[in-house]
Amino acid sequence: MATLRELSRIPEVLAPGHRMCAGCGAPIVVRQVLKAAHGPVVVANATGCLEVSTTIYPFTSWQSPWIHTAFESAAASLSGVEAAYRSLKRQGKISQDIKFIAFGGDGGTYDIGLQSLSGALERGHKMVYVCYDNGAYMNTGIQRSSATPKGAETTTSPVGKVQPGKRGSRKDLTKIVVAHNIPYAAQVSPAHWNDLYAKAEKAFSADGPAFLNVIAPCPRGWRYDSSDTIELCRLAVDTCFWALYEVENGKIRVTYKPREKKPLVEFLKRQGRFNHLFKPGNESLLEELQQEVDRQWEALLAQSE
Amino acid sequence: MGSRQHVAMTGNEAVAHAMRQINPDVVAAYPITPQTDIVQFFSQFVADGMVKTEFVTVESEHSAMSATIGAAASGARAMTATSSQGLALMWEMLHIASGYRLPIVMPVVNRTLSGPINIHCDHSDTMGALTTGWIQLYSESAQEAYDNMIQAVRIAEHPDVQLPVMVCQDGFITSHGIESLEVLSDEEVAQFVGEYKPVYSVLDVDNPVTVGPLVLPDYLFEMKFQQAKAMEASRRVILEVGKEYARLTGREYGFLEGYKLEDAERVIVVLSSTAGTTRAVVDELRRKGEKVGLLKPRVIRPFPANELREALSQATAVAILDRAETFSTQGGPLFCEIRAAFYDAPTRPLMRNYIFGLGGRDVGTAQIESVFADLAADLARGSVKTPVSYLDVRE
Repeated sequence: MATLRELSRIPEVLAPGHRMCAGCGAPIVVRQVLKAAHGPVVVANATGCLEVSTTIYPFTSWQSPWIHTAFESAAASLSGVEAAYRSLKRQGKISQDIKFIAFGGDGGTYDIGLQSLSGALERGHKMVYVCYDNGAYMNTGIQRSSATPKGAETTTSPVGKVQPGKRGSRKDLTKIVVAHNIPYAAQVSPAHWNDLYAKAEKAFSADGPAFLNVIAPCPRGWRYDSSDTIELCRLAVDTCFWALYEVENGKIRVTYKPREKKPLVEFLKRQGRFNHLFKPGNESLLEELQQEVDRQWEALLAQSE
Repeated sequence: MGSRQHVAMTGNEAVAHAMRQINPDVVAAYPITPQTDIVQFFSQFVADGMVKTEFVTVESEHSAMSATIGAAASGARAMTATSSQGLALMWEMLHIASGYRLPIVMPVVNRTLSGPINIHCDHSDTMGALTTGWIQLYSESAQEAYDNMIQAVRIAEHPDVQLPVMVCQDGFITSHGIESLEVLSDEEVAQFVGEYKPVYSVLDVDNPVTVGPLVLPDYLFEMKFQQAKAMEASRRVILEVGKEYARLTGREYGFLEGYKLEDAERVIVVLSSTAGTTRAVVDELRRKGEKVGLLKPRVIRPFPANELREALSQATAVAILDRAETFSTQGGPLFCEIRAAFYDAPTRPLMRNYIFGLGGRDVGTAQIESVFADLAADLARGSVKTPVSYLDVRE
């Protein structure tokens, strides 16, 4: 268990002065995860908020080597970097031990980058892929992705006379990743920083690909006060909307069980994107969302060792 | 192999052989007809421990180019290979490879683009990639594909260039046809290509670089300008490397190859394997005393406008054969660019265009003879009757 004091002494890879919004979850995720690298890293980034806001030429916030190619290609490009590392190291042209990490949003990971992520996981590149999941295409202006929760309002799943926000449930990407039988995968939340740090350490030390799915609230897209980011991360976990668990060499373990599971509405009512669900007539939808969270949580507990 | 040899190889085998001798640090590739052989041959070299290459068996061509870009940005000599739909799927990444100034070498085995699906040769794949910032070399034979591969490494990696190169050959016709060719020894190739010394590497953790940042209107234009200057600089490098290769092999490569052009009145301009068919027809007609010739461009990017004008300065009637359709209704890509190159020329030959061989439609000597006959009719008439026509199509 690291203390906050210890963590605060670890040098930052992402320098201040970047142009992410106040309260954005993504840079918090990046800083917390990279604390656990313990050595040089090469960072790959999918196109998205994090990429555009940290590298506005001729400036960069990245104090490590960093590469961005396109939206869907972070895992594939990092595969090439990691392959080059193995080749050059075998030839004696590189001596240092370097770790490889990719950051992508949910659009770049759940949707357009899913194929390249799947390919990289299956090939077994030794890399950590981190999805910062804010549940929509925030960079292009809050369009729905396959990570958008059912019922959420986005600019392409608007609330209208015949549609109550996004239709259909979100994709369970962590389970899809787990199906690749990689050494390590976990869901984490920046509010539970010690759980996150411990899992990031495991991810970096895994002998093969590792995956972290991190909830990363977006004040603009979720419509809440930017000072509430960590509070929303905590509510997501305490309502079991975002379960904290890991899958290590096939063994599933829930790493945090809320002492008192809070009703889902406590997470939803804090966000403007769910406002319409609290209007008369949508009670059954709220009930349905609660049942789905309950079902998934119970199923996870049943699998947990 | 310790010495030069004459060998019988298909075009694909010759390219794979060149890749083994170049011995890249990383190859990321995906199978697609008719390129697949290259990947298969190379896989065997990897399996037999004959190369130092890290071979990344990606799940798509988009990832093939993405991984190759990642490897090249890591200071590795990196390659991939593709055809047709694969090149189309890479489209987005082609611009990124050239925009990031990564000296990737990629053999492309030309095949038509769907739809409908067809696996046979035409040039619609690479002609569609003319605007992607890649240098393009076209090969008539397995020998040329082999020679172009080895030269491409030097052209791409030259400090004044730093651009990716496609080495094209005709699908099935060249890629699967067995030819006799001379291959260099492994040592000669290793010495010719030399050790790759990258300018930057994302693996240099002590000197971190940010590769692929967001570049706004204040800088992007300058970057594209520099890319254009690099393409301009490649003209000199292509010739220098060609001369150096000639000293090694006796086979010299420039921008184009003329055949019996000195006094030729009627000339066919055509790329790749059809140049061989045309050469046979030129010989036949020459025996009958007809002043005909062939001009085979080798380099299309950068476009050799001056060299083409010079090579065609004696010609009075020129037919440009395009194995690709752009649907502009104004002719194929080669035709439009060559015609534009003559805009400022003091004298202009009659010029006409044929779209030919789409989807692998066979082109024989009879079709080429008919083109020379059409040119003779144009000369007799003093004008071109049909500027753009389709060779051997059922109308």
